[in-house]
Amino acid sequence: MTTLLPRPGAPPADEHELRERWEDDPGIPGFFGTVDHKRIGVRYLVTAFAFFVVSGIFALVMRVQLAAPNAHVLSPEAYNQLFTMHGTTMIFLFNTPVLAGFGNYLVPLQLGARDMAFPRLNAFSYWIFLLGGLMMYAGFAFGTAPDGGWFAYAPLTDSLYSPGKGMDFWAIGVVFVGISTTVGAVNFLVTTFKCRAPGMSLSRVPIYVWSFVVFGFMVLFAVPAVTLAAGLLEFDRLFDTAFFRPGQGGNALLYQHLFWFWGHPEVYILFLPAAGMISTILPVFARRKIAGYTWIVGSLVAIGFISFGVWVHHMFATGVPVLAMSFFSAASLVIVLPSGVQFFCWIATMWHGKVRFHTPMLFAMGFLLLFLLGGITGVMVAVLPWDWQATDSYFVVAHFHYVLNGAVVFPIFAAIYYWYPKFTGRMLSERLGHASFWVMFIGFNVAFFPMHMLGLLGMPRRIYTYESGLGWDWLNLVSSIGGFMFATGVGVTFVNLWVSRKHPRDAGPNPWDADTLEWATESPTPEWNFAAVPIVASRHPLWDQRPMTFAEDGAYGPEGALRRAIPITGGLGAEPEDVLYVPPETALPFWVALGLALVFVAMLVQAQLVAIVGLAVAAVAVLRWTWRIGDRDIATRPETEP
Amino acid sequence: MTTVEAALAPSLPAAGPRGRSVGWWGVLCMIMTEAMLFVGLLASYFFLWASSDEWPQGAIERPEVARISVFTVVLLGSSIPIFIGEWANRRGRMSLARSALFVSFLMGAVFLANQVLEYRDLHFGWRDNAYASIFYVTTGLHGLHVLLGLLINLVVQAKGYARRLAPSHDVTVEVFSLYWHFVDVVWIFVFSSLYLAPHFA
Repeated sequence: MTTLLPRPGAPPADEHELRERWEDDPGIPGFFGTVDHKRIGVRYLVTAFAFFVVSGIFALVMRVQLAAPNAHVLSPEAYNQLFTMHGTTMIFLFNTPVLAGFGNYLVPLQLGARDMAFPRLNAFSYWIFLLGGLMMYAGFAFGTAPDGGWFAYAPLTDSLYSPGKGMDFWAIGVVFVGISTTVGAVNFLVTTFKCRAPGMSLSRVPIYVWSFVVFGFMVLFAVPAVTLAAGLLEFDRLFDTAFFRPGQGGNALLYQHLFWFWGHPEVYILFLPAAGMISTILPVFARRKIAGYTWIVGSLVAIGFISFGVWVHHMFATGVPVLAMSFFSAASLVIVLPSGVQFFCWIATMWHGKVRFHTPMLFAMGFLLLFLLGGITGVMVAVLPWDWQATDSYFVVAHFHYVLNGAVVFPIFAAIYYWYPKFTGRMLSERLGHASFWVMFIGFNVAFFPMHMLGLLGMPRRIYTYESGLGWDWLNLVSSIGGFMFATGVGVTFVNLWVSRKHPRDAGPNPWDADTLEWATESPTPEWNFAAVPIVASRHPLWDQRPMTFAEDGAYGPEGALRRAIPITGGLGAEPEDVLYVPPETALPFWVALGLALVFVAMLVQAQLVAIVGLAVAAVAVLRWTWRIGDRDIATRPETEP
Repeated sequence: MTTVEAALAPSLPAAGPRGRSVGWWGVLCMIMTEAMLFVGLLASYFFLWASSDEWPQGAIERPEVARISVFTVVLLGSSIPIFIGEWANRRGRMSLARSALFVSFLMGAVFLANQVLEYRDLHFGWRDNAYASIFYVTTGLHGLHVLLGLLINLVVQAKGYARRLAPSHDVTVEVFSLYWHFVDVVWIFVFSSLYLAPHFA
């Protein structure tokens, strides 16, 4: 019997036994059957980055086309397809799932839990995301990739103007990714409220987890709107209903309302977890506790609320009544306040700390600058007269790349450098990291800053080429060069990941001397997360509790780890309530997702038999799944139990 | 014992598990998001209404209220046996719980049957205009929820016969009950907006 080297304060545990109880089957059964939140999280990250690379290549091809006037690298049709799929991929298939991936891996760990509240739903959420993503790309296989923009406005996307199956697959993909995000949100919410380590009262929950709580609520309230937008559009396309057809009493603006009721909160759904990453990383490298914890959490919640009152600012040019526009313009300005509060808390943290410039910190500080610039142009376009000038110009393109690429992708890269040692137990090279940051940061600004000027010089969005002599030539060339520079910087990080595989450098359990609980266990994280659940007595447990305290008995101690137990806690103070058992590995989530995908694809290509097979597969899988719900002894328990 | 002391020696409460099950909270979250789906549909309904000269559009008559009211009472009433079933299940009176579930199933099925028959009697199809489209899709989505609820009801009953329901794991009944009440409550809003409101315009 090998005994785990106990962490300071942790009771010893039998590692061999633990492995037997927790490890997935090797090979294909384990691959399709795993319910481990860490494996699922990493899977999300890998898949999302694959989409990121594809989407980045689309962007580079577009930049080649725009580098010089009257270029003929792309036809107008191909250009439309590329900008549609670039936006679609970045929003639905990169930003959202990459944040879900980090959340999946880290939220249970930061809470001191052994898995998510619903491990099988978690697996389902990944599979349905993957299938949805593949569907969005299926249009390429049919030779009719979606080309109606990532927002797919009706009536342009109605069957009359966008024939072909590509658009249909796009809409079904949106619904599938929506289901995935929703299921994930439920999981984050219930996990946070019910699976906290004992002693982790709400006032001790890490800010990163708070950002996922707000994310969760926002997803629950926002995503149904885009599901409706895409769903009703499909009804119009497939069954000739009249929702968005003005000739038959429908209203095309309704589509925009539904889309942006999700679309604007979505921006914050992406931004908040990214801000949560910054609030986690900044204090660790400033070597002090985050300034204004309560203010930051309050700001997150406030942003969550206000973001539901700003969607019409995407529609200022559509003829909405002036009173409504004034309201939405004002609300858009108000959202600056909580964002500013967060910003000043970050500055104060650095101001009073001793900043260490490791790669994650560089990306975090790069984020601050880019977010500031994107925020300033955000305030500008929130003002009606300015928006009327800037709308549909490259100024808007510059603005949303500063917020969605600058303020989301930079935190994601900070997170990669920060948590890679947690995921793998290996360090990334600081030298390559610094190089990657600087090339990305300079490349980013070279690529996107000139777009502000292009917009003010009148260059409209979504044009596939332009005449020379309009004063746009050199700015576009500069922007294209910046784009390739940015891509090179991203490439350096990929090289860094590869080098760390070839020449591993051991990270140890807590390389950054961080304060949150994911560092209270070994790196890479063992399958059971915590042999003994940590007992929390502070907001910064690993800084304030040296040595860290761990539970010894029952479901909380090593005995509970052997039984795959997740202790359930409740109330504000996380008092023990109940025990949940992590289900054994199962491929049922995969079958349900596959069955559903078959049903929808078969309906689109009119293969009734396949649809019936799909429905049968999904139904049988759901029945088997639900049959055992409610069994308290669902996990493998030792036979000796009374 | 203060919270900190309790936390230092965590153990389950002696009286057994406390609080709602994790599954119950999960279904509550799903219901919130499902509710937003109906909020979106009803908002679309009123948006289309507000931007139309007449409502219902075209030559469509205002929906008949009397018939649907009867079946509305049947649907809302079907929540009562669910309450009884939940109560009986908690006390281990399993045959009463099963019968109650069955009664609720019948009431739900009657409502759904009427819905299908009413579709047959309507003089317009969902392609006719935007009013028709939103009418069919909203009532249809609700009908789909009723159908799903009936199927779940059957599964819960089957679990009862298979002796997989017991007071110790009554999360199944608890969760189903939550869902069924939701389906009923949503109908109040659908009924008021689609059937009643046009008569007061």
